[in-house]
Amino acid sequence: MSDTAVQLSGVTKTYGTGTSWLARLTRQRAATLTAVDGVDLELRRGEVLALVGESGSGKSTLAKILVGSTSPTTGTVEPTGRGKAAARRVQMVFQDPYSSLNPRLTVGAVLAELLRLHEIVPRAQVRAECERLVNLVGLEADVLDAYPSQFSGGQRQRLAIARALAVRPDVLVADEPVSALDVSVQATVLDLIARLRAELGLSVLFIAHNLAVVQHLADRVAVMYLGRIVEVAPTAELFSSPRHPYTRALIDSIPRMAAGSVNDEFELDGEPPSPYDVPAGCRFHPRCPLATDECRATDPPLLDVGTARQSACLHADQLATIPLPEPGPLEPQR
Amino acid sequence: MTSTQPAPFRVGIDETVPLLRVRDLSVGTSGATIVDGVSFDVAAGERTGIVGESGSGKSLTLRAIAGLLPRGVRVTGGAVEYGGTDLLTMPARRRRALMGPEIAMVFQEPMTALNPVMRVGDQIAEGPRRHLGLGKAEAADLAVQMMARTGIPDPARRARAYPHELSGGLRQRIMIAMAVSCGPRLLLCDEPTTALDVTVQLQVLKLLERLCEDTGTALVFVTHDLAVVNQTCSAVDVMYAGHVVESGPVAEVFTAPKHPYTRGLLESAPDFDRPDRELVPIPGFPPNVADRGPGCPFAPRCGYVVDTCRTQMPPLATVAPGRLAACFETDRLGEAL
Amino acid sequence: MTTTPAPPAVLAAQAEEAAPDPVRPARSRRLKPWYRNGTLVVGLVIVGLLVAVAVFAPLLAPYDPVKQDLQNALQSPGAEHWLGTDKYGRDVLSRLIWGARVDLRIGFLAVLIPFVVGTVVGALAGYFGGWFDTVVMRVVDVFFAFPFYVLVIVLVFVLGAGESSIYLAIAAVSWVAYAKIMRGELLVAKKQDYVTAARLGGMSHGRILLKHIAPNVLSQALIYACSDIVMDILAIVTLGYLGLGIAPPTAEWGSMILDGQEFITTQWLQATIPGLAVVVTSLGLSLLGDGLSDQLSPERRK
Repeated sequence: MSDTAVQLSGVTKTYGTGTSWLARLTRQRAATLTAVDGVDLELRRGEVLALVGESGSGKSTLAKILVGSTSPTTGTVEPTGRGKAAARRVQMVFQDPYSSLNPRLTVGAVLAELLRLHEIVPRAQVRAECERLVNLVGLEADVLDAYPSQFSGGQRQRLAIARALAVRPDVLVADEPVSALDVSVQATVLDLIARLRAELGLSVLFIAHNLAVVQHLADRVAVMYLGRIVEVAPTAELFSSPRHPYTRALIDSIPRMAAGSVNDEFELDGEPPSPYDVPAGCRFHPRCPLATDECRATDPPLLDVGTARQSACLHADQLATIPLPEPGPLEPQR
Repeated sequence: MTSTQPAPFRVGIDETVPLLRVRDLSVGTSGATIVDGVSFDVAAGERTGIVGESGSGKSLTLRAIAGLLPRGVRVTGGAVEYGGTDLLTMPARRRRALMGPEIAMVFQEPMTALNPVMRVGDQIAEGPRRHLGLGKAEAADLAVQMMARTGIPDPARRARAYPHELSGGLRQRIMIAMAVSCGPRLLLCDEPTTALDVTVQLQVLKLLERLCEDTGTALVFVTHDLAVVNQTCSAVDVMYAGHVVESGPVAEVFTAPKHPYTRGLLESAPDFDRPDRELVPIPGFPPNVADRGPGCPFAPRCGYVVDTCRTQMPPLATVAPGRLAACFETDRLGEAL
Repeated sequence: MTTTPAPPAVLAAQAEEAAPDPVRPARSRRLKPWYRNGTLVVGLVIVGLLVAVAVFAPLLAPYDPVKQDLQNALQSPGAEHWLGTDKYGRDVLSRLIWGARVDLRIGFLAVLIPFVVGTVVGALAGYFGGWFDTVVMRVVDVFFAFPFYVLVIVLVFVLGAGESSIYLAIAAVSWVAYAKIMRGELLVAKKQDYVTAARLGGMSHGRILLKHIAPNVLSQALIYACSDIVMDILAIVTLGYLGLGIAPPTAEWGSMILDGQEFITTQWLQATIPGLAVVVTSLGLSLLGDGLSDQLSPERRK
């Protein structure tokens, strides 16, 4: 059994927006949206890999490709497969706890259906297995007869996780699972994911925009910008010494609980650009404080910059020399 | 209007009292009370954060101050004093005249707050034309100036755009430009950065800070994000289930909280500067509006609860200089975290 | 006073004992039980009474509705004939009661085929999209270009008067509304995360449509069906009035209005009462539909 749970190679996803027949007649070029542009990504067995990016980064599309909801335009996803076999391998937890559970079905009905469809356990043991699943996520057996509307957001996310685990997948894709939850409840779900990873050996792809959450939970982090992965590194290293200006800017934009100044050199101008309009050369150069002429001309590939680290920046080494601001003193001392 | 000072008195402002005093404000529907006896002060030029989770009533509190409550929801008690005069008992016309020149609001979702069929420059100009009596051309110039001040590149051209042609961050800046166009003394913000990307959020927060410092505008910033409050505000009020449970300077409240809920919030949120700290979630969930019984609303989830907590509502009282908390057991929280 | 707060983990454990993770009670706070929904109850009562009248017509009607009695023609309302008699001496009240049978039966039956056909076609169009959706929607657009009653009348005229023609004509015309409604519902439903989750769970489209989506969207078709019955009854009455409906001498509200038309200045009850019956029926069904709508999908209340 290899160390790799899922391998994405050269994955690209483009959407052609429909052209009217008139435009086709006059041979206008269709507007294409490049959501994902040549991504190589490995999810290792038993790890939590965080995928971080802002709007237009393509992280949601990448997740859909990994799960099999969408097919890539080019590139491969290993292992591959569709239908029931794929369902046993990869499962997903969604962002919105209020639309991810069918309001007309009881929790027990949903779980039992999955168990029976995939013949996970013999018929006689289905109920017991349902109980085991909800206990696994920290809920009592009496939830099986209840409808989703009777639960809070945090509980619903836990039920969604139970549903995902019903088919005993190898890989769990969590698409911003805590973003819609109250802060005080997020920790429950985060700790649950960590515990399940440890107990069941799950491999988890965790999509998030909240870097504090990512730092807490992930083993490795991949940063996406405009359809490309621009940096991959183990969590601690990524946050202590980022090697891509965008990563740096993301870190600097996190609001802090400690009094500390944000390094103004890395405050970005402008907006996350549109995937319809990818800049030539390094796609980050219009907003990059370190951009040089070389950056405007070349599109840097993702290269190794250290052990188990990669960065797609021509000036990755230069970044290593710019220190992150020290968090200021917490006043008074904690 | 070219000065950066707030406009001269349009309403009689009593400068001896805090700019905004909310006293025992209650807001609700005919069936339920959602905001229950909320009190806090905002001094002129001060930046205050109101922090709470879902069901805390923080958004409704803000809307009650602005007079923008949704249908079916009314103020059921209390007072909102602006410069010494109660807004709630003011004649409606006079109160409406305040919105813009004195008090302005920034909403969470710019796409629904902006008129989709009006150019953004015209939308910004609308306020000054109405409240400051500026002519069409003057107001248009002012709008472009305001857009420049909020950091919108190429403002003269962008003023002719429609909201859907702009990105989220730009729309939020437009909304801020609209809000400050008449030079208000009080800016109310309802989760203005929650819907934005994190790098854009930083830009908008810095913009708000800068604008408020330049013009001496007071800011009331409603959010669920403690760290945003920490960076942007100097004072904070923590709300839970319709009550203010703690109040005080940001640095003190966040390092030495005096209410178990505040402490719970701090302990359950991941803190970027302390990645190894274990997260402790607050068990249970906030009560439904209809389920609030007597006693402290946090009692079912509180680790410090004693019998009195379940039967009596703790009053918001001074527990240290400049610090207010609504808890009977606040002394047991005495030590810093 | 103690000064050392308990460590966080202990506090959390204490709190958890105090507040185990509760599930909320079954009845959602916002949804009233059906028997307290005024609109629904009134609608049910009215429709229930009408159905009862129709079902028990043989027991309730004092006279035979088709038996002529020319000597007693055109009587005013009195002790013997509560609503008087028509030009053939037939008791108006009895004809009204038996007419309820005809109109209600046809109205309820006529809605069945459009409901089934329209719902299925619309749901498939919305769920699968593609060329099928485009074709269906263009067909629907064509039908919508014509007023409902005009099409029905023309079709019955072409097919010849009679009950089966009415069913055919109404079926041919009114399925489009169901198709459009269900297509819209499916377009929204298929984007819901729970549907994506079901697909990821390895379920076939058929299973998802029948077991997962149907319970969530069928209520909309049901609610529309209530107002559709009203439309159908009006169509039947209109056809009867135009002489294209059920052949005489069967009692039917539309033909009663036609018969009573010429006596509008003298015995105005004959033409008016059946019309009032139609109004009451429509009211009852509309209230029923509204009440169902509030009950089954309260989140859509405007």
